[in-house]
Amino acid sequence: MPALAPSAGGSAGVVVSGAAAQRRPRTAYLLLIPGIAWLTIFFVVPLISLFFTSLQAPTGKSGVYQPAFEVSNYLVAIQEYWPTFVKSFIYSGIATVLALVIAYPLAYFIAFRAGKWRALLLVLVVAPFFASFLLRTYAWRTILADEGFITSFFNALHLLPENRILNTPIAVVLGLTYNFLPFMILPLYAALERIDPRLIEAAGDLYASPFTGFRKVIWPLSLPGVVAGTLLTFIPASGDYINATLLGAPSDRMVGNAIQTNFLQFRDYPIASALSFILMAIILTVVFVYIRRAGTEDLV
Amino acid sequence: MAANDGVQDLHLVNLVKSFGDFVAVDDLTLTIPAGSFFALLGPSGCGKTTTLRMVAGLEDPTSGQIMLGSTDITNEKPYKRHVNTVFQSYALFPHLDIFENVAFGLRRRGIKDVTGPVNAMLDLVELGPMARRKPAQLSGGQQQRVAVARALINQPGVLLLDEPLGALDLKLRRQMQIELKRIQTEVGTTFVHVTHDQEEAMTMADTVAVMNKGRIEQMGAPVDIYELPRTAFVANFLGQSNTVAGTVSGRSGSDLVVNAYGASFTVPSARSTRQDGAILVGVRPEKLSVASAGGAVPDRSNRVTGKVTDASFTGVSTQYLVMTSWGDEWTVFEQNRSADILRPGDEVVMHWAPEHTFGLDVPSES
Repeated sequence: MPALAPSAGGSAGVVVSGAAAQRRPRTAYLLLIPGIAWLTIFFVVPLISLFFTSLQAPTGKSGVYQPAFEVSNYLVAIQEYWPTFVKSFIYSGIATVLALVIAYPLAYFIAFRAGKWRALLLVLVVAPFFASFLLRTYAWRTILADEGFITSFFNALHLLPENRILNTPIAVVLGLTYNFLPFMILPLYAALERIDPRLIEAAGDLYASPFTGFRKVIWPLSLPGVVAGTLLTFIPASGDYINATLLGAPSDRMVGNAIQTNFLQFRDYPIASALSFILMAIILTVVFVYIRRAGTEDLV
Repeated sequence: MAANDGVQDLHLVNLVKSFGDFVAVDDLTLTIPAGSFFALLGPSGCGKTTTLRMVAGLEDPTSGQIMLGSTDITNEKPYKRHVNTVFQSYALFPHLDIFENVAFGLRRRGIKDVTGPVNAMLDLVELGPMARRKPAQLSGGQQQRVAVARALINQPGVLLLDEPLGALDLKLRRQMQIELKRIQTEVGTTFVHVTHDQEEAMTMADTVAVMNKGRIEQMGAPVDIYELPRTAFVANFLGQSNTVAGTVSGRSGSDLVVNAYGASFTVPSARSTRQDGAILVGVRPEKLSVASAGGAVPDRSNRVTGKVTDASFTGVSTQYLVMTSWGDEWTVFEQNRSADILRPGDEVVMHWAPEHTFGLDVPSES
């Protein structure tokens, strides 16, 4: 061992060189402390607390629960709310696919064709963040209102089954798509921007039509952005309740709404907590399977 | 016209490419014979890469025609042209391994059994054991060879090489020059090589076209262009030249007599683009000999007196910078046959045989 070179004074030399060797990792750990402390206090502790809440039993008094090990809370939550879960994942799934379809050509254009307009377009993508999420979703109530231009237009074409958009699942999905679109565009742009445009020329030079060139070269190279973008859209969309509350009918409620009403209206904290954990478990499973698949040749 | 399949003459006919007001390629007409190693040499911005990109189909000509054999390919989509390119930065597909990079063109053309041809091609460029590596795991020289293999496997009518050695260090570049030449001889495909490195062009190509401002200044075998440049640009871009502006004052047999700064020079009229009026007299630095002022100079030699300003000993030769009596700096390469080296400040006379002299039109600008 090179550390054992105590020419000056026996064990003292070992201690000194040991300390020098440790200095770098210790600095790294020091830098981690604020983040770890923050996450411990505001994430891990509440999460544990939430987990115990999800197992509490009623005391008979409304809104007051006692520590217990009521695993049946989870069964009740699933039995009562599984259609809501299914609906949530259908809405957020459709919104994610829509966002991908809208965002990919846009990100492609910004990355390869925008030239001097690139910076401006990126600012425009982020611009909605300057206004509140809530406010923007309210604005969609006006845009999709029953007497509004868009609804009238589609009604004139007899394309709307319920003769309206607001307070239907369509409005919820549109709202989710709109609100999470930047989270799809930005990672896609980041992935596409890293691709050398000469690869497109090289593919063309090697007998790939523009479409084949895209399929065999650009798409596989942009996959990291596709994975990041779909996750950043799908995860928050699955747990969202604002869009369903403001744009949907009561029957369009998503899991987020169920958690909110159980916590704040019914004051049924154990069921609300159990719903949170079930949502988390499902999302984690989906993400895990998705990333595993994306990491292999399956998606490439 | 070459009859054997694949390899055909490449004809560029009145080819023009302009970007707005800027004319990148100016009425270029050129025939590149099948199976030749052709170099387009010129400084950056001379239009050589634009010419190459038009042949590849990556750039649309403003006007003119590109013919491969008797087929007009001017408007053919790049992915349908039987022309392949070795890109400047290689542009290897980073997500595919070496085998799949080389197989790319074959697969796109619907060829099912690619294993045999790909392995044969990898053997040709001596990369067989690397087949399953990703491009990022290869050195620059190896990536370069993959780029060549990937293009060449398609047996193109013409292989285009866009500054293929630009990213390599000097030693590797020399090695790859020999390698590329070997591959070209082996496969017999027409290579069109774009470069700004005159030494690279001369070493590899059997025909060099020197381009400047969108036009071809001179074209021919490297040794012919070097020995007899026909424009001042070529004289200075392809190797070095010493020149002096003068006036044709008369003839002596088949030679022109030129006066410049009170001195008289003999220029064989067959080696001059001008027969009267203003003329630029030139000579290559290695054709000059230097002697101490007043030393013996062979009869009939052209001579220029001056003062040595710099002498650098490089082993096989000594390079002198000599200030002429009219204030130009001339370069002399002298082989180290004798031990006495001239020193800065020495008054000298430079002399050379008239048959090494060339006469050029005086360039209009400057």
